[in-house]
Formats: sequence, structure tokens, C-alpha cells
Amino acid sequence: MFRQYLDKISGVEVYPMFSLMVFFTFFIGLIWYVVKANKEEMDIISKLPLNNDKPENL
Amino acid sequence: MTIEKFSYDNKIVRNFAIATFVWGIVGMLVGLIAALQIPFPGLNMGEYVSFGRVRPVHTNAIIFAFVGNGIFMGLYYSLQRLCKARMFNDTLSKMHFWGWQSIIVLAAVTLLGGHTTGKEYAELEWPIDILITLVWVVFAVNMFGTIIKRRERHLYVAIWFYIATVITVAVLHIVNSIEIPVSLWKSYPVYAGVQDALVQWWYGHNAVAFFLTTPYLGLMYYFVPKAANRPVYSYRLSIIHFWALIFIYIWAGPHHLLYTALPDWAQSLGTVFSIMLIAPSWGGMINGLLTLRGAWDKVREDVVLKFMVVAITAYGMSTFEGPMLSLKSVNAISHFTDWTIAHVHIGGLGWNGMLTFGILYWLIPRLYQTKLYSNKMASFHFLIATLGILFYAVPMYWAGFTQYFMWQEFTADGVLKYPNFLETVTQIMPMYKLRAFGGALYLIGAISMVYNLIKTMQAGVLNENESSEAPALEKLTVEPAGHWHRWIERRPIQMLLIATVLILIGGLVEMIPTFMISSNIPTITAVKPYTPLELQGRDLYVRDGCYTCHSQMIRPFRHETERYGEYAKAGEFIYDHPFQWGSKRTGPDLLREGGKYPNIWHYHHMIDPRTMSPGSIMPIYDFLAENDLDTSSTGSKIRAMISLGVPYPQGYDLIANQDLMKQANEISADLKKNGAGIASNKELVAMIAYLQRLGTDIKANKTDVTN
Repeated sequence: MFRQYLDKISGVEVYPMFSLMVFFTFFIGLIWYVVKANKEEMDIISKLPLNNDKPENL
Repeated sequence: MTIEKFSYDNKIVRNFAIATFVWGIVGMLVGLIAALQIPFPGLNMGEYVSFGRVRPVHTNAIIFAFVGNGIFMGLYYSLQRLCKARMFNDTLSKMHFWGWQSIIVLAAVTLLGGHTTGKEYAELEWPIDILITLVWVVFAVNMFGTIIKRRERHLYVAIWFYIATVITVAVLHIVNSIEIPVSLWKSYPVYAGVQDALVQWWYGHNAVAFFLTTPYLGLMYYFVPKAANRPVYSYRLSIIHFWALIFIYIWAGPHHLLYTALPDWAQSLGTVFSIMLIAPSWGGMINGLLTLRGAWDKVREDVVLKFMVVAITAYGMSTFEGPMLSLKSVNAISHFTDWTIAHVHIGGLGWNGMLTFGILYWLIPRLYQTKLYSNKMASFHFLIATLGILFYAVPMYWAGFTQYFMWQEFTADGVLKYPNFLETVTQIMPMYKLRAFGGALYLIGAISMVYNLIKTMQAGVLNENESSEAPALEKLTVEPAGHWHRWIERRPIQMLLIATVLILIGGLVEMIPTFMISSNIPTITAVKPYTPLELQGRDLYVRDGCYTCHSQMIRPFRHETERYGEYAKAGEFIYDHPFQWGSKRTGPDLLREGGKYPNIWHYHHMIDPRTMSPGSIMPIYDFLAENDLDTSSTGSKIRAMISLGVPYPQGYDLIANQDLMKQANEISADLKKNGAGIASNKELVAMIAYLQRLGTDIKANKTDVTN
């Protein structure tokens, strides 16, 4: 049912390749960020579930 | 800095917890009944409780009722605490709760009543589909409202998993449920054949991903650190886990259709992305298990942690097995056999079940401000549930391999060694009995849990509104310098948008080419639309869930073409709204059933399968000979088909019933001639008409086929 609309997009064939490139770049960026991330801040965030104002241990 | 006082809504968490274990027991019990119906076909007691209708009730109850309520229970508890805020709106919480429970009740009633779309895990008919959409919107508003009024700047990784779940489930549900209503409880999907299959398994696969996996990973990232009282092993790993998972999962759907008539490139796409999935999945598993590093002594004593360890291990096992199953040569064995059933139960019983139990044992005493009624009983539950999983899975793996190798075995003379399909079923009957035993063990464990939890609830008092306090979140006037990811971690709406774009690209790349490139589905001139009687018969086939046991998809293997006939072509299914390829062969494939046996054979086979095939485990369909066929719907069905592009002549809807009666009279006369008197207006006649049509277009005209 989408055919008639999509057929009209010129050069639609390059979309898959384009999206692959987008994701490739995205992952490189992600890994770069994770490697460079600030250790202290990471520690603070990872303790969020444990920060409770009342003792949880029963 | 002002300190604000507020309270957490524990009552809604408690309500979802009760719904979780109540529906859990119901879903498991229905599963046990379905498991027993296979070795003991006498348990198919009439129209409403035959396997074809019971099985969808089991799958829907476990996925959407048990796991669904489990998600909401854990999410409503953890989100409030992670955001340091009460849920956005109590009325929305209540609407969500009661809306979801009414969907479950409606689902059970309509599925047993035979109102189904015939698409696995999306069987519910259109009015319920709309209700699901509305309730989901209520849930989404409530969740985002809470996130927006939070008192904690950072969004913990569990919340990201929740956000991805909410948005993706919405997209999946809407795209896969686009259908044309024929009546209040009947609709046809707008997609047909190969396209319908692709959309369905894009949905089916991602329902596993975004209903059974991502929300439970969110729960894992919250409750495992909580229960172990130590932070997650690596927060960095969890960031990669999240983004990699939501990006890759969405592409892997076509691995459910390997060796089918789906275009080859789409099959390969599914395989490649499935293999890639091992990396993030195992990253997540390792992250979960290593959270317990240095705390293994606790695991020996704490039953909650025991459940969680088994759950995470099962997650690791099934996410390794999944990519393996998407290799074509392995898939050839698992597809249509009990191997798949074993695989999904490692995920269902192991990952979802055990994590839910662990969370319940941790949560209920805390909500009720007391201790668990009996730790011993919980340890017993752990033991019997683990044993139950083994007794379930091992026989099913065994059955899957045995049956496949019997299917494909040839004698030295080059003929099938087991030409009778039934032989391969009777061979694995002991395995089906063992499997039911395993399921029963698991159910007994769950019942002991419910008793234990109810006793705990009676001993304590529910802390309905748990008071808390936290500093108000001050607006940042200057954005601190930092990385883009730091930026996104504080912005739920932007994260929602990025996650949506990620999953949409994956979905679109998968689907668009199949929809637009006509060479992907070659037309076959011999393939014609169904006659009105066949169409009615087909709807009965869908109604009674025949697809739960019979495939209509002959793969291009020598042993399959030898056994069933010419392999399936994409062009054969262009008028199939919905497709009925099936996913499991408890009975033989029916794609080329037409003309294999005379009408009278089908008549007797439906009235009592065992008269025609001694030892058959098919349910009795004698009610088809008693029920009158509803011909008043023929016109609207033909009209719906015309609007979907099926080339019936204009105005055919008005005269379709004349053709229907003509064909029905012919079949009825043929049956009478052979000694079976049945009026032409019975459902059985339509069913026979459909079965006799199956696959005959190509049989009659082989030369026209190019594929």
C-alpha cells in the first residue's frame, strides 16, 4: 500500500547504505564517549538505585 | 535548596504485583492444559477449549498478562524512586491498571470464542487493539509525566530501557494491527502473504525484544543492584548495552522466516543482525552477573539473588541460542520443531519467570513492612522451578532433534524412511508427557509462591503512601560543559525521539523494499482469489487456530518437496489476508493439501481424526458439522477484500452467496454420494472447500511458475 508513495522518491535505493553509515558513526561516537567518560560521574549515576533516604535492609 | 516532602504510591505497585501472580498462575495453568492436550487429545473438550484456541490464550496470558503486569509492577516501583517523585497522576495509574486488566479478560474471552486475527501474539481483534492503544497512551503519559517532574537530574539506565519499551511497543502494535474491520469481531490485515509475514515477524520478534527483554533489563538494572546492595558492575557497559540492543534488535525479525518464500536478501539481513545481537546481549548478561562479584556468599543464602542469578543465566543462554538458531543450517532443524518451543521457554520460564519471582519475593515484604512468611518455602520454589525448567526444556530439545532427523531421513532407495508424518509424532510422545511434567513442577512452585506472598501480606500492613523527601530539582541556568551523551541523559523527550528514529530506520529498511520492489514477489498468473465458500472456510481455519499446529510453507528441501510437494513461492500468497504459514508442525504441512484426499476423507477426519489416521492427536472437529455457516458476512468480507486489492469483479459482493451455495451444494452432493449426509449450509462444507483448494493453483499449472 505504501508502494505508490515510495516509488516516487528518487534515489530511494541509497537509503539503506545511508542509514548503515549513520549507525556506524553513531556507534563509534558511543564507544568514544564511553571510553572517555568521567569516572566519578559514572560512579554517582550507578549508585542511583541505592540512594534512598530510608534504610532498605530489613 | 528547598527540601520537598512527597510520598511514593505503593498501592499501585501492590495491585500490579497481585495481578502478576494471579495471571501468572492462570497463564501457566492454561499452558499445562495445552501441553496435556497434545499427548491426550481427549482433553480437547469441544469448540471452545480445543488446542488451537487454548494455545493463543496461553501465549497471550503469559506475555501480556503475567510479564506485562510484572513490567508495570517493577516499573511503577523503580521509576518513582529513581525519579524521586510520586507517579505523575494517581487517576492515570488507576486507569492504566484497570484498563490493562480488562484487556486481559476481553482477550481470554474472545480468543476462546474464536475471535482472532490469526497472527501470533497479535491475535486480538480490532476493538481490543484500539483499547490497548488507548491504555498504552495513558501509561506513556503517566510515565513521561513522572520523568518530567522528577527530582533527580540524571536518568538512570533502567529508565532508558523503559522509554525504549514504551515507544517501540507502540510502534510495533500499531503497524502490525492495521486491519480492515469486517464486523465487530472480525477484520483482515491490510498486508497479504509475504508482506504480512514480514510485518508479523518484525512484530513478533520485537515483541520478544521490547516486551519480554528491554523492560526486564530495566528491572534487572534496578532490582539486582538493589537486592545485592551494590551498584551495577559497569555503568559504561550498560550504556553500550542499551544503545546496541535497541539499534540491532529491530533488524533481526526476518530470521523467523528463513528458507520461506521471503526474499533472500531479507533473510540474510535477519541473520547478520541476529549474530550481531550476541555482543550486546552477553554484555548485559555479564554486567548483571558481575554485579554480584564479591557477593556470591550472599547468593548462597538469599533466595531473591538465587532467582536472579538463574534468570540472568537463562537470559544469556537464550540470547546465545537465538543467534545460533538464525543460522540457516541450524534453523532448518529448529524451525517447525519443538526446538523452538524449548528455546522460548528458556526465555519465558527462565528469564522472565525467575526474575519476576525474585522481584516479588524482594518487593512484597518491603511494601508490607514485614519479613517474608517463609524463606524455606521460597527455597523450595526455587528448587522446583529450576527442576521444572530442566524437565521442560530437555525433552523438548530431544523431541525437536528426533523429529527433524526422522523427517529428513531417506532410505537407500531414495524414498522417505518415515513417509507417514504421524510416525514422527508418536515417536516423541513420551517427550510431550515429560514436558507436561516439567510444566507442572514449575506451576506447583508458582502456587507455593502465591501462598507464601499472601501469608506475608496478611502478616504486614501495606505502606500505601511511603513518605520521602528530596531537594527540588533546580533549573540549570548554565549548561555544564560536557559530552553530548551527558546532555541526552538528562533529556527524556530527546532520548525518546532518538530511540524512535533508531527503531524506525531498522524497521523501514527491512520492510520498504519488500513492499515497493515488485520483483520481490513475482506474480503467478495461475493464482486466483478464493471463491466465497473457500474464503469462509479459510476464516474458519483461522478461527479454530489450525495454524498453531499446521504450517503452510514448504521449504526448498528435498525431504519437504518429497513429502509435501512443490516448494512454496512468494507469488502464491498474494491474496492471503492474513498469511497462514504457521511456525510449528505438530501436524503435517497443508500448503498442497488440496486434492490429496477425497472430500469424504476430510469429512471423516474432521468428525473423528482417529478413524482416518489411527493414533492421530488432532482434536475432534465434529462441531463443524453441526454449526451453520454464517453466510450473512460473505458480502462484507468480499467488499473488504476488494478494498484491499483482491481482484473480485465489481459488485461481486452482492452475488457472492449464489456462488457460495452452488459450490457448497456440489460438495454436499459428493459427500452424500459417498455415504455421508450433511446439509450444504454447515461449516464443515466450507472447511473442506478451503482445504481442497490449498496449493492447487500451482499444481494445475506448473509451467507458469518462475521464482
